[in-house]
Formats: sequence, C-alpha cells, structure tokens
Amino acid sequence: MITQKEVLETNKMISEENLDVRTITMGINLLDCADSDPKKLCGKIYDKITKSADKLVETGEQISREYGIPVVNKRISVTPIALAASGHSQETCVEIAKTLDKAAINVGVNFIGGYSALIQKGSTQSDINLVRSIPEALSETERVCSSVNLGTSRNGINMNGVKKMGEIIKEMAYLTRNNGSMACAKFVVFCNAVEDNPFMAGAFHGVGERDRVINVGVSGPGVVKYALQGAGNADFETLCEIIKKTAFKITRVGQLVAQEASKRLGVPFGIIDLSLAPTPAIGDSIAEIFNEMGLEAAGAPGTTAALAILNDNVKKGGLMASSYVGGLSGAFIPVSEDHGMIDAVVSGALTIEKLEAMTCVCSVGLDMIAIPGDTSASTISGIIADEMAIGMINNKTTAVRIIPAYGKKVGESVEFGGLLGTAPVMPVNGYSCERFIRRGGRIPAPVHSFKN
Amino acid sequence: MRGIITVLGKDSVGIIGRICTYLAEEGINILDISQTIVGGYFNMMMIVDLSESTHKFENVSTGLKSIGDELGLEVKLQREDIFDSMHRI
Repeated sequence: MITQKEVLETNKMISEENLDVRTITMGINLLDCADSDPKKLCGKIYDKITKSADKLVETGEQISREYGIPVVNKRISVTPIALAASGHSQETCVEIAKTLDKAAINVGVNFIGGYSALIQKGSTQSDINLVRSIPEALSETERVCSSVNLGTSRNGINMNGVKKMGEIIKEMAYLTRNNGSMACAKFVVFCNAVEDNPFMAGAFHGVGERDRVINVGVSGPGVVKYALQGAGNADFETLCEIIKKTAFKITRVGQLVAQEASKRLGVPFGIIDLSLAPTPAIGDSIAEIFNEMGLEAAGAPGTTAALAILNDNVKKGGLMASSYVGGLSGAFIPVSEDHGMIDAVVSGALTIEKLEAMTCVCSVGLDMIAIPGDTSASTISGIIADEMAIGMINNKTTAVRIIPAYGKKVGESVEFGGLLGTAPVMPVNGYSCERFIRRGGRIPAPVHSFKN
Repeated sequence: MRGIITVLGKDSVGIIGRICTYLAEEGINILDISQTIVGGYFNMMMIVDLSESTHKFENVSTGLKSIGDELGLEVKLQREDIFDSMHRI
C-alpha cells in the first residue's frame, strides 16, 4: 500500500517543484479531407478537427483535477499541410491556416501544429506554395505553428530550402514587427524531424501515423533540480542515478495521464515524449540544474558535458517508465523560456556559439533565440545550415527557432508573454556567409560509417 | 476506484470527525488512515474506496475542498493510480 511518505513526495513535486504534464497533443490525419474545391477542403478540415478534438481540453482538465497534477497545454498536430493541401495554391494555403486557427479556437487548444512541409530532398509545387505562404499565414493567425524539415541523415540537406528559410524568417519578423516579430516564435526548421512530436512549434502528424493519436509530453526540470540539491557534492555516478530515478518517476506520471486520456477520448495512445522542458517560472529551469551540478552559469566550460549527462540519463530513466517513447525526448534549451538561460545570456556567460555546441548533445537545437533585427537573411541561413549539419552528421534531430527581432539591437529584449517568455537579443558573428548560402543545391547524404 | 485524501494544516478539534462524517454520507469507505502532528501542524493521509460513492469523483473532490476551506486546511482528493504509477513498478 502507498505510504504517506510517497504521497507527500509526489505532492511536493507537484506543488513546490513544478512537476506537470506539459502537453497532451492529439495528432489528426487530414489526408482524407482532400478536395479540389478550396472551400470544401477547408470545410472538411474544420469539421474533422473540431469533431476529433471537441473533448480534448475538457478531458485534459478533468484528468488534471482527478489526479491533482497540472496538464498545462492541450494541443493538436495535423498532417503537414503541404501534403493535405497538395495541388492547391498559395492563397488556399493561407485560407487553410485561418481554418486551422478557427478550429483551434473553437476546441480551445492554445496551439495547432502542422502547417508544415517536408523538403529534405527537394520541393514539390505544393511544398513551394506552402513555404511561400508561411509568413502571411503565421502573421494572420494566432495559434497556428509551422515547421519545415530541411534535411535528414539519410538524404542530406536541401540548401535551396535553407536559403529560402532565411528569407521567410526575415519576412515574418517584418510582418509581425509590431508584436515582437512573434510569427518567428511559431516557426521552426528541422533536420531529422520526428513524426510524433507533441511539442510546439514543431509538432505535425506524420504520414506513418494512425488516423488519430494521443501523444504526451512530460516535464519537470524543477524536480530534477531539487533532487540534485539533495546530492550535495556527490560524484557523477550518484548524479546520474538521481536523474534516472527522477526521470522514471516523472515519466510514469506521463504514461498514466497519456493512457487515461487515450481511454477517455477513445483515441489510441501514441508516445510519451521524455522531455525536460523549462518554463519562465523560477525553479523550472534547465540552467538551474547546471547550477546545481556545479556550474556558476549556463555557458560556463563544462556546460556541454552537464547537458549530455542530463539528457542521457533522462532517457535512460524514462525509457523503462513508458511502453512507447518517441517525439524529441531529451532536455530542451529554449533561451526565452528559461529564466536561468536568460540571465546567462544577459551576463555574457552564454553565447550562440556555446548554445550550438550544446545542441550536439541535447534534445533539439537553437530554440527561441532572439538576434538583432538587422541580421541578414543569409546569416540566418548560415546559422540554420550549421545546425542542420550537426543533426545530419550525428543522426539526431536538430532545429532552429530564431527571431530576428525587428528594430531591436543587442542589449534589448523581446517579450512574447506566457510560456514563450522573454528573449534577450543575442549578438551574432558578423562575418558574411552570403556567397556560401547563394550556391544553392543539396548537400549529399553523409557517410554512415567511419564514425570519428 | 481508490483515492487518496491528504489533509494539511493547523491542528484543531474534530478534523477527522468532520471529514469521516462527510465520507460516510457519500458512501465512501475508509481503508486506511495515518496521521502525524509536527509542530502543531496536522498531516493526514487516508486511502478510500469510492466504488460505492453516491457522487462523481469530481463532486466529492469539490466537497472535500470546501470542508478544507471552512476549517482552514488544505484537503485534497486524488486518484490512487498517480502514486502507484510513480512509486511502484
């Protein structure tokens, strides 16, 4: 029988250490909505989403009340729209974005992901239409999130796509210039994008998935931090054991919530994303875990090693706790969403170059980073190319979600509000990569042997 | 279905009586009670069986919370599975 000590431990994690289920995301296939008439297509998409997810928010809240654990976000991911809207024009794509937005508002989810294209090897006309429509679509909608996959370890990197991304990110920043270039915070580019990611902005419902599916993202950097606090100056073996045990406990809660949500909604359970996702709240920070491990600030020498330990042991502990693990699974390092990261950037301890190194060993990539508004499109493409190369060579998912904050300079910051937080504008290496990016074409797939 | 009730707050006369009366009215059976008082602070945990409960889980939860508000205590009802999942393999 459960003991009082165990009950208190769980409830302390929830009430004092910010343990929560970060998101229940319903994946919805839209391929069966195909119609050559744009109006009918939008109508079918709206109906399918609103019918599939009408109980999603209510169910999430009910589970939260019964188990006494916050379920922070309820979200939806859909089939990449470049596929679902194949054969349609750029204007129709924008209409679909507005339809997705309306459907999201109707069912009460805070984000809907999947305004996406997979162009790792090249673009179809539908991909081109979708990509061109992204700036307008994201600036005219509130809850739609977009992503583009630019490379994979099997296919190499589409450098034409990389070049285009720099341009559309700049365009988005301009179109939403009165709102902190907010559209850029809802857009992410990937190498090795995963099809079952429940987290935004990169969630989409992959074509290998069932018609509908429930994916759950757990979180709890605070729980890991407090657990490590008790370890004092213990050695790395002890640190790793603590992280594994904590990740196991966190993930078991996620698994329970996912199964319960799946049962109540009558939608199959997909995966648990074993992630440590920070929020701007004090005590819910990845940077604070680094402090606890013995680093003065995120970015200090040793940070990459600390992140590698954290990431690996979160996976080791979490894998046994869930029957299906997937998504991005690992520690996220979004700068604007982690007060410890923000402090490290402001004090000069953390730079983009160090963040790039950290992305070699963490869950995703350069995330929620604001850079000066006058950064050129080619420099943004250069940053993306570097990050894609890390993913391609190391067989991991990498991503870039970067905000060239219109009219802002280093020293200023951009306020996004809510979970997206505040991003200090970070300096970018000023040397040009324009001629490199202008080449276009495709970087061939890498060698998968001779790993040195 | 089994639930865990936790009560936290300043000790006073009749806390257990009040909560047990409510549970009896709701048809909820108490399977186990443990309590400690540290520095005047009352800390109680009950394992209860809600299968014969007259009301839905959420209504019982709200009922207990309002008793807690009246007595100046934090009274929480949670489904037992969350603790089982976390602490038992």
